[in-house]
Order: sequence, then structure tokens, then C-alpha cells
Amino acid sequence: MEAAVAVAAVLLGAGAAGTLYRLAKGPSLLDRVVATDVLLAIVAAALAVEMAYHQHLNNLILMVIVSLIGFIGSVTVARFATQTAEHGR
Amino acid sequence: MSPVADTVLDVLTAVCLVVGALMSLAAAIGLVRFPDLLTRMHAGSKPQVFGLLLMLTAVALANRDPAMVPLIALGWIFQLLTVPVSAHMVGRSTYRTKHLNRDTLTQDDLQKVLERAQESGSRDGQQTDGSAGTR
Repeated sequence: MEAAVAVAAVLLGAGAAGTLYRLAKGPSLLDRVVATDVLLAIVAAALAVEMAYHQHLNNLILMVIVSLIGFIGSVTVARFATQTAEHGR
Repeated sequence: MSPVADTVLDVLTAVCLVVGALMSLAAAIGLVRFPDLLTRMHAGSKPQVFGLLLMLTAVALANRDPAMVPLIALGWIFQLLTVPVSAHMVGRSTYRTKHLNRDTLTQDDLQKVLERAQESGSRDGQQTDGSAGTR
């Protein structure tokens, strides 16, 4: 169990690093939106790993809130990007 | 619970955790390597749906309380409802702001719809492109 959690932590860290690279590099606003969504999914996955390791459910509400924030954020920015398309990226 | 069943559940939990974390890594590799926004969206939705399912399965297996399963399932169903909506909005916005690579598209159904909307709009003397309702 400890080994699995360590492996999962390494994989999630590598995933977060790649996502942060895309978040920093862009090139467009919508690329960053998708990268932010994936980063929030990775955060939720890390919360789940912690819950499975310590065998509690305290983070479950936090996971739902994280996914809700990701949903609202990406929908809002997608909407905004449509209306300012003429101004470039 | 018997020790054998305990060990089996522990191993299943570990497998779910590792495979779920692999989904996140796969999404990151896809985000870094794929050429344009639509393909990156395809890679990005893997940890959001399947990865989260595996992670929540691991949580349920580690917790071993059947009463909490509906709550965990609710979290996943909520994610299933919101991910397609935000993906639709981002994809539509991608198309509208022309951040896609047309050479990689094999089929484009939206173009016909937009042309039709444009035609009927110019016939009625209205500007459909600017209205919020058609998006």
C-alpha cells in the first residue's frame, strides 16, 4: 500500500509538472483553460489518494467543490474567449 | 473481515490508485505533445472521468463502508454531468476563435450549420454572428 501511494504520488507529480508546462506555455487562452482543468483533476486525484491511504472520507466534499470550480471556471472563460476573439489571444 | 479478503482489497486499492495516477500522467503527456487544442482536450478528459472513477473506487475499497458508496458515486456522477458541458463550451469556443488546425480535421459538421445560420441571418437582415443565443 505504501509503495502504491509512493508510485501514485510520483505519477501525479509528473502529471502536474507537464500540465504546468502547458499552462505556462499556452499558446492560446483555451489551452490554458484545458490545462487548468486537468490540473484540478490531478488535485482531486491527490485528495483521493490521501483519503485511500488514511482511510477516511473527509476530503470528499472538497473533491466535489474542486470539480465544481473547474466547471464554472472553464465555462466562464470559454464564454469570454468567444466574445473577445477579434482581439487575438 | 478475513485477512485474505483484506489483502485482496488492499491490492485492488493499490492497483486502482496507480492506474488512476497513470491517467493523470497520460493526460499531461497528451497536453505537452499533442499539436492543437482539440486533440489536447481529448487527452485532458481522461483523468477527469476515468481517472476519477478509479480514484473514487480506490477510496471506496480502502474505506470498506458500503453506506458511503452512494456519496462517492454521487461525486463521480456530478463530474460526469459537468465535464461534457465544459468540454462543449471550450470546443465551441475553440472553433469560433479558430484555434484549431484544419488539416487534422477529418469531418466538420459545424461549418454547414454555421453557413446555414449565416444565410438565414442575412435573409432576415439580422446579424446572427453576434447574437449570444446561437452559440
